[in-house]
Amino acid sequence: MPVNSKPYLYAIAFLLVTFGLYNYVVYTTESYIAVEKLSPQAVKGQQLFQSNRCWSCHQLYGLGGYLGPDLTNVFSDEKKGPLYIKAFLNSGVKSMPQFNFNEEEKEAIVAYLKQVDETGIYPNYDAKIEATGWVKLKYRNE
Amino acid sequence: MNSKMPIYFLVFAIISLVLGMCFGMTASFQYVMPEFLKDYFPFSKLRPFHATSVIAWIILAATGSIYFFLTYVEKFKLFSPVLGKLHFIIFLLTGTAIYYSYTFDYTEGREYFAFPSFLMIPILIGWILFGINYFKTLYQNMRGWPVYYWMWGTGIAFMTYHLMEAHFWLFDFFRLDFIKDFSVQWKSTGSFTGSWNMLVYGISIYLMSKIKSDTNVATNKVAFFFYFLGLTNLMFGWAHHTYLVPTQPWIRYVAYGISMTEWIVLASIIYNWKRSVLKVEKENHPMAYRFLLATDLWVFLNIILALLFSIPAINYFTHGTHITVAHSMGTTIGINTTILFSALFFIIHHLYPQYNTDRKWVKRGFIAFNISLFLFCASLFAAGVKRSYWMYVTKVGAFSEMEESMVIYYISFFIFGIGIFISLVTVVFPIFKMLLLKLKPGK
Repeated sequence: MPVNSKPYLYAIAFLLVTFGLYNYVVYTTESYIAVEKLSPQAVKGQQLFQSNRCWSCHQLYGLGGYLGPDLTNVFSDEKKGPLYIKAFLNSGVKSMPQFNFNEEEKEAIVAYLKQVDETGIYPNYDAKIEATGWVKLKYRNE
Repeated sequence: MNSKMPIYFLVFAIISLVLGMCFGMTASFQYVMPEFLKDYFPFSKLRPFHATSVIAWIILAATGSIYFFLTYVEKFKLFSPVLGKLHFIIFLLTGTAIYYSYTFDYTEGREYFAFPSFLMIPILIGWILFGINYFKTLYQNMRGWPVYYWMWGTGIAFMTYHLMEAHFWLFDFFRLDFIKDFSVQWKSTGSFTGSWNMLVYGISIYLMSKIKSDTNVATNKVAFFFYFLGLTNLMFGWAHHTYLVPTQPWIRYVAYGISMTEWIVLASIIYNWKRSVLKVEKENHPMAYRFLLATDLWVFLNIILALLFSIPAINYFTHGTHITVAHSMGTTIGINTTILFSALFFIIHHLYPQYNTDRKWVKRGFIAFNISLFLFCASLFAAGVKRSYWMYVTKVGAFSEMEESMVIYYISFFIFGIGIFISLVTVVFPIFKMLLLKLKPGK
């Protein structure tokens, strides 16, 4: 039986328009909490994070590789923090590659992780599971 | 005489699959022995090689199959065979450039797209050429399009868009706002997967309708209902990846609501279980039939997992653990790869009607593949449960201590990874040989 394609074309057109509006709102909406823009130093840190493929092993907000620990809050962790991060960067322990970051590069990576840290908490234990299956999280600065 | 271009796509797809599995096995061994080959091929180097190769397998095999079905089976005259050849050459050269960039550490990109960003330009050109060729070839017959033509067209269009979206971080408007940038990155990655699923799931419906000799499979209203359900999920259902990122709650509410519509898919699978692929006339396509049967099972298992961790209360505990990896391996290997293997067997039967694919070692390989994959995913699932327990229940001990306590699961997933490799190579070897024969001059 030949398919009448017209209704399907209308449905696709409707979905595409909705998708366009949805994307516009997603791209232009601010985050749920106030976040400072990345500083030039943090942007450099982000570049280093990418070009050295740190995401292969590490996670931010639980997204990334699983061989290393999550780094979302490594900056504000009482047992870790900036000095620990810097010491670890060139350590080459376990599966961590032997990097040769200079002091300026280490500072940039720390600046990036500091700004990531300020955006929120992961894993977030301040969570309330609701009957609907929703999880209400309490974020930083809330 | 038909162009050999689709066969070239398929041959390089198989090469990518074998290479991807080799990189994957080496990388997985580093979970067991973290210092293994660390100075030469650290995990951070192997993972991009692995991810790009296996994605290339899915993309090239799907593209080659679609070109093949259009030109060899449906006998359409391709709008431009030259564009098709150009498409293949661009992908081949870009793939080579990506391998070169990974080898010499030119990796400025992000997860799944680690290569230098300018290499996305030829990839996009390749997709645009594919789109032009596809729509120009089929445009005349649009009135009677079965659902798989819609799915392939959708997959090509959305793949092009989401590959661009994955590089929005190059603009400061996105990049300087970490939360927005991070959300858009994972939006694009999720929808990129959804786009190739459109191509691959379209292939599965095509195969079912051809093997069953029943066009109704691809033209009935239910098939279109599920196409639109899938498309809606592709467009709006991505945010379950970022439930825990402080984006606006409405983005997450929408994703939660949309993701839950997949219960309809699950209900339909259960309801239609005996009426679907099991009735396929398997005599002419025994291996294509078996792989589609396996797809049915893997869809069933994975959709349950996906539905469960689309519920925020469950996602809260599974996110950031190997349970997510178990799901992605279950879908890319269990669903995508079984459909693409079914397509390969269908294609071989079309090229060599007398060739018997129902061979002892191929059948053994098929069974070993499914068992290995099940145990591989189960190992990852168990590792994920243990990691979640460490994160949310015990909350004590260093990360390295937790990792050391999981070695047994890593050994298990490494061994069953080898099982997947051996079994798939056993199955694919005869296909590869026959495809190579077709590439000989004069064939």
